[in-house]
Amino acid sequence: MDSSENDVWITGVGLVSSLGEGCDAHWQKLTADTQIEPVLETSAFAPYPIHPLVEIDFSKQIPRRADQRQMGKWQRLGVYTAGMALADAGIAGNETLLEKTNMIVAAGGGEREVTVDAALLETIGGPQDAEAIRNEMLMNDLRPTHFLSELSNLLAGNISIVHGVIGSSRTFMGEEMAGFSAVEIAARRIQHGQGELFLVGGAYNAERQDMLLQLDLGNILWTGAYEPLWERHSKGGGMITGSVSAFLVLESKKHALARGAQPYAQLSGIVSGRSTRTQKQALRMAEQQLKMLGAKVPKGPLAFLSGACGVEPATSQERAFAQYLADQGYDVALRGFGAILGHSMEAHFPAGLALAALASSKEQFYRPFDASESESPSTDRAAPIIVTTWGPFHGEGMALVEKIA
Amino acid sequence: MSELLDEKGRPVVVVTGIGVVTPLGRGREENWRALTNGTSGITEIERFSTEGLSTKIAGTVNFVDVDPLSGQGLALALAIESATEAIAQAEIGTKGSFPGPLFLATPPAELEWAQRKDLYTYDQDSSEKGYARLLAAARSQKFFDMYGLFQYGGVGDRLADQFGTSGQPISLSTACASGASAIQLGVEAIRRGETDAALCIGTDGSVHVEALVRFSLLSALSTQNEFPEKASKPFSKNRDGFVMSEGSAAFVFESYASAKARGAKILGVVRGCGERADNFHRTRSKPDGSANIGAIRNTLKDAGATIAEIDYINAHGTSTPENDKMEFLSLKAVFGDHLAGIPISSNKSMIGHTLTAAGAIEAAFSFLTIQTGVIPPTINCDAPDPDIELDLVPNKKRAAPVNIVLSDSFGFGGQNVCLVLAAEPA
Repeated sequence: MDSSENDVWITGVGLVSSLGEGCDAHWQKLTADTQIEPVLETSAFAPYPIHPLVEIDFSKQIPRRADQRQMGKWQRLGVYTAGMALADAGIAGNETLLEKTNMIVAAGGGEREVTVDAALLETIGGPQDAEAIRNEMLMNDLRPTHFLSELSNLLAGNISIVHGVIGSSRTFMGEEMAGFSAVEIAARRIQHGQGELFLVGGAYNAERQDMLLQLDLGNILWTGAYEPLWERHSKGGGMITGSVSAFLVLESKKHALARGAQPYAQLSGIVSGRSTRTQKQALRMAEQQLKMLGAKVPKGPLAFLSGACGVEPATSQERAFAQYLADQGYDVALRGFGAILGHSMEAHFPAGLALAALASSKEQFYRPFDASESESPSTDRAAPIIVTTWGPFHGEGMALVEKIA
Repeated sequence: MSELLDEKGRPVVVVTGIGVVTPLGRGREENWRALTNGTSGITEIERFSTEGLSTKIAGTVNFVDVDPLSGQGLALALAIESATEAIAQAEIGTKGSFPGPLFLATPPAELEWAQRKDLYTYDQDSSEKGYARLLAAARSQKFFDMYGLFQYGGVGDRLADQFGTSGQPISLSTACASGASAIQLGVEAIRRGETDAALCIGTDGSVHVEALVRFSLLSALSTQNEFPEKASKPFSKNRDGFVMSEGSAAFVFESYASAKARGAKILGVVRGCGERADNFHRTRSKPDGSANIGAIRNTLKDAGATIAEIDYINAHGTSTPENDKMEFLSLKAVFGDHLAGIPISSNKSMIGHTLTAAGAIEAAFSFLTIQTGVIPPTINCDAPDPDIELDLVPNKKRAAPVNIVLSDSFGFGGQNVCLVLAAEPA
């Protein structure tokens, strides 16, 4: 067998964020002549700025109201975007292909019924602060469907129900690295003949106080007036989250060719690790990962979609890695995609990969995402693209995306 | 050397270490003794008040110290228990340095009422309400430990630190099939040749009030509170829901070649794994059983096993009206007349439904069945369901040579995974 038959091709992309819906909307905004401004909501969740989701008519991908009612917003968002990716890949509605589509979804979940929580919290410390009262309130006020709408594996479950993906269904958890692992495991399985056709991705709804709480227990969120991604380090750093969903269809080259699928790009390499994060270990890890991607990254123009999350010292280390690349003789164009989309946890890496696939297919790269990034005219052609995503405290991932020759 | 590869040319995957903890006890020996004696681990809940709740029983692990107690904290503690036992049995690696990746089935992380209360009462003078007050407490920078544990990858990160597994740990949830999925991911990694060994764990410590209420509201739980040990009665006519439980099982899996080379004792083989997703309903299977049937058939195919080879079926057998009926119909569709001659039992009749951990715990018991030639019973088999004709190994264990086991896991959300587990080739 030709060993390249199991190369990993990206044949479908669904992407939704604060910037818009779909590849075209993102491409137009991110390559426009004028410096793009991030879309922000600064008052509703103050002191936390967030990037709110663009208005979406969910019924375009989730026609049954009854299905929509069964889902939390993050699930609706993910099911919607998964449908976009399936349609884009020419798989939607094709039962023969859906039956062999393996799904790996990266999911958090836990969207709470905040009004019920607030009412219960009010009883704390009062005369009604008793377990019996709490039990009664939970039994009466929780909706049965709400449990399912906050359950991590039910994003994948709803994708099966709404879009008919039934080959297999797995859900990875673990914040941004879950999004990375979902793609990495799918790619490895394709390379080793453990499946030919995959749907991978994740969704994150930033517009919720319960989600902000989950993160700011770690004091990692940026508060107060907005600062661009690469400028936050001087004030201690911090993450600004964004509502994003990204799904991709990955398939073997052989499978894509056989069904005449039009690929965006090839996922030529993907590696992950877990450094101790002491003494610049994350930077050393990234250097090592570049070597593992090895000869596939020739010196010359190199596009770098960094998933830097804004939290320190991780973000300064990612910036230092861009400098390392320059020192190694690469002509680097750095774009922190979290600067413009916000950090989107499980959806973050899939979103970066979607942007990389899109740029590869267009043979052009993006204008700077924030003012501190420099223009690099030399990357206005088919340069390889590396995409990174690191957790704020654990986990480092790097992928290489190339144009298909 | 052909025995080191399966008929598809893939590395054979063997198990060299097993650890388990359930409400029945700590470790393989305690559990196996209780399980084969038909002991129930289901009791009245003492962990929290059940006043006003329709279900007041569960299987709880109360002999592992976790302070402060939380579902996440208990899931972590139970996983440490089972992984420590598995690694010790395998005699692999060095302390704090396991030579392979971690695949972990763990419940979705969530703050519970104890944590919310701690946050809410942090500033007694606050005039804020609801989440604004919780967020203000978070900004005090006093809750970093809570942050770490209650991330979705929190338990996995701590286990990776403690056992020194390689690379990025993978935490996953496929509902009640999660434990089997963790095993499947480890098997796939070894088959790809990426690693010689993998640590696969399923863990769950979710018996807390809100989890119980949520399953109650879905009408999924048994409400037969009067005799807790009788409540879980898989495949019986009067079954009325599952009984929540918790526990953990861990495995050291290795390539046969690597295990042999280091002289490890081989405890069994994972012959095959298979899955199939259902797209019918969030909590119910397709009426024709095609997703469950597909999962079983894909598993047999992956294992290269025929229906005649299966000596015993370790059922998903939750004791819900829906699952047990669908599981029987699916098995009948695959095994046909053969089914009547295959003993099948549900460990959940004794330990309850350990949810995220179930697929792993039941795989552990399946390996022990193979090793000892003893099939644990289905207890509470007193009122047979006339529509379910199965040899349930009712109420008393049975001695029988068992070489190959099919273990089923069917989850809410349509995630179905089965395993074929076997003895080491003679």
